[in-house]
Amino acid sequence: MSAFAAIVRRDLILAVRHRAEAANPLLFFLVVVSLVPLGLSPRREVLALIAPGVVWIGALLATLLSLERMFRTDFEDGSLELMLVSPRPLPLIVLAKILAHWLVTGLPLLAAAPLIALLLGLPAGSLPVLLATLALGTPALSAVGSIGVALTVGLRRGGMLLSLLVLPLYVPVLVFAASAVAAAADGLPASGQLYVLGALAALSFSLAPAAAAAALRISMS
Amino acid sequence: MWAFLHRFASPPHFYRLSGRMAPWLGWACLGTMLGGLYGGLVAAPPDYQQGESYRIIFVHVPSAWMSLFIYVVMAGASAVALVWRMKLAEVVAVASAPVGASFTFLALVTGSLWGKPMWGTYWVWDARLTSELILLFLYFGVIGLHSAIEDRRTASRAAGLFAIIGVVNIPIIHFSVEWWSTLHQGPTVTKLSAPSIHLSMLVPLLLMAVAFKLFYVTVLLMRARCEVLERERNAGWVRALIAREGSE
Repeated sequence: MSAFAAIVRRDLILAVRHRAEAANPLLFFLVVVSLVPLGLSPRREVLALIAPGVVWIGALLATLLSLERMFRTDFEDGSLELMLVSPRPLPLIVLAKILAHWLVTGLPLLAAAPLIALLLGLPAGSLPVLLATLALGTPALSAVGSIGVALTVGLRRGGMLLSLLVLPLYVPVLVFAASAVAAAADGLPASGQLYVLGALAALSFSLAPAAAAAALRISMS
Repeated sequence: MWAFLHRFASPPHFYRLSGRMAPWLGWACLGTMLGGLYGGLVAAPPDYQQGESYRIIFVHVPSAWMSLFIYVVMAGASAVALVWRMKLAEVVAVASAPVGASFTFLALVTGSLWGKPMWGTYWVWDARLTSELILLFLYFGVIGLHSAIEDRRTASRAAGLFAIIGVVNIPIIHFSVEWWSTLHQGPTVTKLSAPSIHLSMLVPLLLMAVAFKLFYVTVLLMRARCEVLERERNAGWVRALIAREGSE
């Protein structure tokens, strides 16, 4: 367990030392969401209709853009190779990387959610559900994304390919999270969607580390 | 069983055997396809509701079946390749991907061509169409990953792992999309749950399905032969083969 804590701690310290870089996903999220009213229409009823989807697509893209950092720098400075030869189970190490990635990129999205809800005119009553979907959904995004990064880490231009690999796998999270927020905005119960999101998060957290570990072993061979 | 499998899976043996099998399978495919097309386009009666335009199902439904079937074959072959390091399984998985993507594309195109007279529009965000589209994206992911990695064996192992991950995800994606579309739109799709199909339409449909399977196996063998030759180009048997072909 100490290796797990050590890796989480190391990644958090690295993120704090590169504060500007770590803030980029959050800023990206804010910018994308605030572009939507400019592109579509600032009318309240239009925004209310599309807000849940816009928030979630923003979160999806913000996560996607920050995914590469999960293994890329470790690959470049060689520490990834040390993690591979370490006697600790590789899936556990990957799980620590996923957790650190979520703490750095997913958690700030939660903090920004009230502001986003305000900008898009989501009713205040749906804010708890929005926070719940982000709390359950973004960890799943980080976990599933780790597989894609692990598969493309050795490639020089893996960025576009990474989105091609990862975005289709994000569909279930997007569907259930956006519909939970939409239901809450209409004053309907959203517990069903939240349960499914929780199940998706549990599933991705149990399977993705093993898959990403296998992918890392292939990429680094 | 294992000894047979290993002998069959050795590249030179596979190359010889598949070269002999491919033409037969190709002719069988042509025969069943002509039979199925005749049965479907000429012999079967027009539908009492959809008229003649329903006939596109004789291409559409088999290609939709193939799109899923080939994905499962590809993932199964990839699993075999990852577990037992069997070279031939890698080749099968790699050779299947473009064929499967083509069938998926065909299913999408024929589906939207059918949708124009039936639904009045080429594209509807219907659950099946949407999950078929995402399946196509997954195929593109497999192909893209394979072509992005230089080393052939690493490439096919990485693409194979992604194919397996896709298999885990396809049911989840399908059900989430299905749930999503029942939430979003009304009864446009209930037309799809048609009454049981008449025998004069079922027989050509099944013939076409068999023809498409045969087509897949034929193309797979041809592509796999090519892939095997390229991979083994420095092996003794390929050099001997080239020397023999050259002297003739």
